[in-house]
Amino acid sequence: MNARDDSKGGTVRAGYVRPLDIRNGRIDMGHGAGGRAAAQLIEEIFLAAFDNPFLRQGNDGASLAIPQGSRLVMATDAHVISPLFFPGGDIGALSVHGTVNDVAMMGATPLWLSASFILEEGFPLADLKRIVQSMAAAAREAGVAVVTGDTKVVEQGKGDGVFISTTGVGVVPHGIDVSGANARPGDVILLSGTVGDHGVAVLSQRESLEFETTIVSDTAALNGLVADMLAVCPAIRTLRDPTRGGLATTLNEIARQSGVGMLLDEAAIPVKPEVDAACELLGLDPLYVANEGKLIAIVPAEHGEAVLAAMRAHPRGADAARIGIVQQDAHHFVQMNTRFGGRRVVDWLSGEQLPRIC
Amino acid sequence: MKYIDEFRDGDVARKIADRLATEARGDRQYSFMEFCGGHTHAISRYGVSELLPTNVRMIHGPGCPVCVLPIGRVDMAIKLALEHDVIVCTYGDTMRVPASDSLSLTKAKARGGDIRMVYSAADALTVARDNPERQVVFFAIGFETTTPPTALAILRAQREGLKNFSVLCCHVLTPSAITHILESPEVRQYGTVPIDGFIGPAHVSIVIGAAPYEHFAEEYRKPVVIAGFEPLDVMQAILMLVRQVNDGRAHVENEFTRAVDRDGNLAAQQKVSEVFELRPSFEWRGLGEVPYSALKIRPAFAEFDAERRFDVGYKPVADNKACECGAILRGVKKPTDCKIFGTVCTPENPVGSCMVSSEGACAAHYAYGRFKDIPVVTA
Repeated sequence: MNARDDSKGGTVRAGYVRPLDIRNGRIDMGHGAGGRAAAQLIEEIFLAAFDNPFLRQGNDGASLAIPQGSRLVMATDAHVISPLFFPGGDIGALSVHGTVNDVAMMGATPLWLSASFILEEGFPLADLKRIVQSMAAAAREAGVAVVTGDTKVVEQGKGDGVFISTTGVGVVPHGIDVSGANARPGDVILLSGTVGDHGVAVLSQRESLEFETTIVSDTAALNGLVADMLAVCPAIRTLRDPTRGGLATTLNEIARQSGVGMLLDEAAIPVKPEVDAACELLGLDPLYVANEGKLIAIVPAEHGEAVLAAMRAHPRGADAARIGIVQQDAHHFVQMNTRFGGRRVVDWLSGEQLPRIC
Repeated sequence: MKYIDEFRDGDVARKIADRLATEARGDRQYSFMEFCGGHTHAISRYGVSELLPTNVRMIHGPGCPVCVLPIGRVDMAIKLALEHDVIVCTYGDTMRVPASDSLSLTKAKARGGDIRMVYSAADALTVARDNPERQVVFFAIGFETTTPPTALAILRAQREGLKNFSVLCCHVLTPSAITHILESPEVRQYGTVPIDGFIGPAHVSIVIGAAPYEHFAEEYRKPVVIAGFEPLDVMQAILMLVRQVNDGRAHVENEFTRAVDRDGNLAAQQKVSEVFELRPSFEWRGLGEVPYSALKIRPAFAEFDAERRFDVGYKPVADNKACECGAILRGVKKPTDCKIFGTVCTPENPVGSCMVSSEGACAAHYAYGRFKDIPVVTA
């Protein structure tokens, strides 16, 4: 530091501002008041991590140039997970992955993100910095820029450390039409990997429930995987990431939206043995446990093998499997042939299986 | 999963299904009641009934702890949370049981009640230790399986001298409920509920042993096969019941030998009798007042009895008129016989208690078996 203490008769460099005390500092109401403290917080924590030309302009919003002839996709997601740090990730990475994936599931290439932070008075600056840096790393890896944002501070007891809301914008190349309403009888249902990892990893850290496990969250951006899949089959009908409510609920959403039924093969659905065991112990069904780095693809039968091969060739889809077919059904039931040899309905999740996992 | 997958093996299931198809006589019907919700759940979740011959029918029994909890008892817990400002701790499914005034513990929580879901009685004790300035009540429900942990929690609270912990005891007893069903007019007089035998409880029997069922087999001439909660356990037990019926036998047989013996867990039984005594009568949802069917806390542990510590008298509350939970719990009706099944009453908005827990007959059928009620057009 060039700055020296005034009292010892030295001089302070013109324009010097004492940096935030990241190690010991905490969020106070002043950081949300819109004055110098707020500006400093933004500069030293947010701008430092997210740095890009849009932010450097210092405007209230970002001016974005849209590629000619493409459609825009926009998606938003709020993140309130507890605990904030969990095996395999944290709320920062999750808030990028969640929104990037929502945009990608529309068949779009995610390009830009906005991020809003609701911070609770007393929240350690060190934790905030760690979260923001994790967000920045996740955004870089996914190839998206955080182009605008906002922070607000709420009094102690009125938040839970930090809530993050992100909005993503992406562009859909010409000729791609991916929607939850597009599934047709005869299509095949593909899943990119094991289910339940995220929910179980988060659950293992809960105060009331701590258990020893090696399971880590699968939180990851899936836009790269989606791009590879669309490259071999632009006719993919539906893409969706089975987050809250798990695989079961997401398939029911698609069945209703498309007006079809589904028939799954339980034996084909990949579940890690550790996840299976943890679910068994806690009385949970892995089909209803959240994922943050998996996707479901519904594909015309004739393209099934090609898309599956493309998924398996990508690191995020190495365990991809064909888990069932779409069928005609006026009641839009998702049914499953059980490993045991019987058949049953796989219903929507009812109530909440786990509190606040994303 | 080692030690579990073996009991979910589809190939073995098909072999048992073949045996059942051969051995179940074509000239008669077989009706067996699985007492426990755990069996109901296994049957639905693994699609066991799909593998049974059409003349073998399973009747779902009342052995789902939250299903038999009467509205008045949930009202007591809600009153404790909202009017007495205590922290109420309870097991997950109990949170959603519908109570009076369109409330449930979940909804009472949204109105400001401090109601917490715990995984064990010991967790409730931890809440009490961590909140010495607040009163903490464990809303204890369940059959003989969950009773020993509650007894241990009370014994530990006494040893530690905890002054802010008490238990709202709603523990009920399996054998008296089975007797009640066998004595009901539908079974005894009218024969409208034909019961040819019982699948006996799994976890309950680990605690109480196989001996308590010998009375039913002898007195009522009904075979009982104690079975584990895995789907192959259930299949094997059904085969054993069919064989007993064919041979004209009525014995207690134990399919679940890997966990159950004749005497049960004597240490657990000792702790339970140290802390609890029989209630002369207790109201069950669906079954009404059943004599000597539940436990209360002994006077020696009165300070840990929430019913003594707080002024929350029990008021019986009638079920919703359209709700058929009572008849369903007695095996008189099927979920689909209820007019509001799947329309007004769904897992999201349960009217009756059978729609709450995944062990409840209605919730299990709604979640897993609905497709059988209506023709499904397949591609």
